[in-house]
Amino acid sequence: MPAGGTVSRIRTTVTRRRVIKRGTAGLAVLLLAGGLAACGSASGASGSAGSITLYSGQHEQTTQSLVTAFEQKTGIQVNVRYNDEDSFADEIIAEKSHPVADVFYTENSPVLEYLQNQGLLAPVDSSTLAKTPSAYNSPQGDWAGVSARVSVLIYNPSLISESQLPTSVLQLANPKYKGQLAFAAGETDFQPIVTSVARAYGDAKAATWLEGIKANAGSHIYPDNETIADEVNRGAVAFGVVNQYYWYRMQAELGASNVHSKITYFAPHDPGYVVDVSGAAILKSSKNQADAQKFLAFLVSKQGQEIIAHSISYEYPLDDGVTTTAPETPFADLQPYPISIAELGDGSSAISLLRQAGLL
Amino acid sequence: MPSGLLALSILVAAVLLVPLAFLLVEAAGAGVGQVASLINRQLTEQLLWNTIRLSVVVTALCAVIGTGTAWLTERTNLPGRRVWAVLLVVPLAIPDFVVSFGWASISTDVSGFRGAVLVMTLSVYPLVYLPVAASFRNADPTQEEVARGLGAGRIKTFFRITLGQAKVAILGGCLLVVMVMLAEYGAFNILGYQTFTTEIFTEFQQLFDIASACALSLVLVALSLLVLGADALGRRRGRVSRASRTAQRAMPLHRLGLWTVPVLVLLCLLVGLALGVPVGSAAYWWAQGTNQPFQGTSLLSATGYTAAYSACAAALATAMALPVAILAVRRGGRVAHLVERSTYLVLAMPGLVIALSLSYFSNRYGDGIGYQSAPMLVVAYAIMFFPLALVGVRTSVAQAPAGLEDVARSLGQRRLAVFWRVTRPLVTPGLTAAFCLVFLSAVTELTATLILVPTGVQTLATQFWNYQQNLAYGQAAPFALLMIAIAAVPSYVLGRFFDRRTLTAPKLWRRRNS
Repeated sequence: MPAGGTVSRIRTTVTRRRVIKRGTAGLAVLLLAGGLAACGSASGASGSAGSITLYSGQHEQTTQSLVTAFEQKTGIQVNVRYNDEDSFADEIIAEKSHPVADVFYTENSPVLEYLQNQGLLAPVDSSTLAKTPSAYNSPQGDWAGVSARVSVLIYNPSLISESQLPTSVLQLANPKYKGQLAFAAGETDFQPIVTSVARAYGDAKAATWLEGIKANAGSHIYPDNETIADEVNRGAVAFGVVNQYYWYRMQAELGASNVHSKITYFAPHDPGYVVDVSGAAILKSSKNQADAQKFLAFLVSKQGQEIIAHSISYEYPLDDGVTTTAPETPFADLQPYPISIAELGDGSSAISLLRQAGLL
Repeated sequence: MPSGLLALSILVAAVLLVPLAFLLVEAAGAGVGQVASLINRQLTEQLLWNTIRLSVVVTALCAVIGTGTAWLTERTNLPGRRVWAVLLVVPLAIPDFVVSFGWASISTDVSGFRGAVLVMTLSVYPLVYLPVAASFRNADPTQEEVARGLGAGRIKTFFRITLGQAKVAILGGCLLVVMVMLAEYGAFNILGYQTFTTEIFTEFQQLFDIASACALSLVLVALSLLVLGADALGRRRGRVSRASRTAQRAMPLHRLGLWTVPVLVLLCLLVGLALGVPVGSAAYWWAQGTNQPFQGTSLLSATGYTAAYSACAAALATAMALPVAILAVRRGGRVAHLVERSTYLVLAMPGLVIALSLSYFSNRYGDGIGYQSAPMLVVAYAIMFFPLALVGVRTSVAQAPAGLEDVARSLGQRRLAVFWRVTRPLVTPGLTAAFCLVFLSAVTELTATLILVPTGVQTLATQFWNYQQNLAYGQAAPFALLMIAIAAVPSYVLGRFFDRRTLTAPKLWRRRNS
């Protein structure tokens, strides 16, 4: 006959197990219930009157301030999705039969040109297009330029001095920079530069140039400009080519004392000195055309451009009367290579060159 | 009913093969010539070699580390075993993008092939650790004793008996690791180490050439078929026989003695690298602070959504795995095994492919139903991580003695009652493990989420990505830390739940007879 103490200990163990079992089961049920409730309530955008769906390939901080101001001004609700602009292009094409997006806001123009060539964009109101210099809008009028960015060299002064940096973009392939160059082959911001070089020097020279870049970059091949900016700042690699706003954002985020890098431009009118346009477009299949047009109009309006000018996006607002408050070279003082939007195209020639060189 | 079970399993397998169907349909649209020229390029061959190289080396290292640590925590008197069991599992829950965050902050030397091997091994060795630990835990002690009694030395016993018993588990874990490595994309973001999947992503994203991208994905699928075939061959050679579970005694633990300190140092190093680096750097960035205001509400809502989606997906995947596992283990036979094996193919497909396949079919044939909605996201997760659930459930089903079910049947219980009253309690540990594993993986998923998440909803992973894209590391850090914290709970359950069962029963038995 087991002692009374043992029986009660067995009972306690059994009770404890039961409690744990029931507790776990209860928790699981609660979790599932909460999950189902959340799943149920969080289903897609309603598409009711007074709302549009925005696919934004632009940075969240820029987009969010614009969206909030627009909603307050017009009462039209904006449902935003964030992703890389290339993934969005795939999505927009994939959802052709049941389109969801109303407006597409990108960081670079080639993606918009690509969709335009596919016939997926609707014409933008001419009053909207008139707000910004026509050089920065779609030549066909299917998308509007909102802000601009310019290519710069970002470098770490402790690893390379300004005088040693290349002044011409062709020098990126110079063997003396071997192991010093950071490169993001897949970065959409770089493709306009490739197109520019090909236009200035011809495809054959561009191909050789890319091969030289590949050799110089070596193992410093990164997925995007953010990583390049970060790695240069950390001192992992000497320099790279990015868009100017990355550096200013990094400075705003980390504080001036934590920024160990600097930026400089290519020589004036060098093919590497490229102004690239970030624009927005309306999908032809959108069921909220009027509201979408209002959104685009807002983006290029004084208010929208002021938001961009004062925001932490540090891009250049394209409206003539608005200048950015950031301590960067004024837009009017820039001396970029004179290549037009139409010449920059949809980036396919740049991509095929990058592929040829084995970078993509 | 076996035919009902078969029907259910085939249904599950059909759902899992939707991505494959998408690949085939889309790839058919690509010209054979174009695809062939794509594959014949030097870059492609280089990337393919990179992928294979990475997979082989990482798998080998994970096999050693996973088995070694499993043996230490399950078969030796290592101090703090239970704590180690939890700490060793958590690295699985840390997303690639957080790991890169961590290593980039520490050292710029971690790069290229060596860096990729180091970081990937540290991330996925738990996939071997978990099944092998479970196997060691439930293994039969008598075989080792017989071997020792017959004169075999310690080392010989270890290699022939201990490892032999765990062979199926080790192979299963290695299979998971190889498949995960095939579809590996995060290594590129981490260390500039480009793999074949990098090229697939490029095709999808830079070139908008979905057809070619799908064709290239099929190459990965072909590779995984090869791997599955090799694994099947390996399995056929080994069979593990064991005494009935009810007659099991507690396994005597090896004493480490003088080895205790060196082993502890090694384990500290492992956990420090795998866990300490990412967590430490995230904590550092959080402490550094940011010039922007703290996003408390978005943190809370992102956590809620992440937990909800992951829990639903885990429950769904586990429920789907049950019929397939029971069919494969209880019924056996060619069809059952074929159905079971075919489900592993999803591991070789990147999350992007799975998300695109679901949206493709929804838009083409489903009238756009469910597109960018929570149920589709949950289904995508369940598909992506199904094999992880299957491994957990299968192990449990295999260990639940069929004899008990037969006894219940012979006593007049109907099949469903037998399942509920006999099978279910026996497989619950496996179900819990499956649930936890899928939950862990879903919490950190990014690429499929970005495509399928309902508009306006942010999960911890997508919000972290948003901030990281803006170089806003101070704001991103809390999200990373929360992701790891959420994952710690299932890791704890995974470690703890099993311990309780095997240790309590013998204790009771001993007490009653004292």
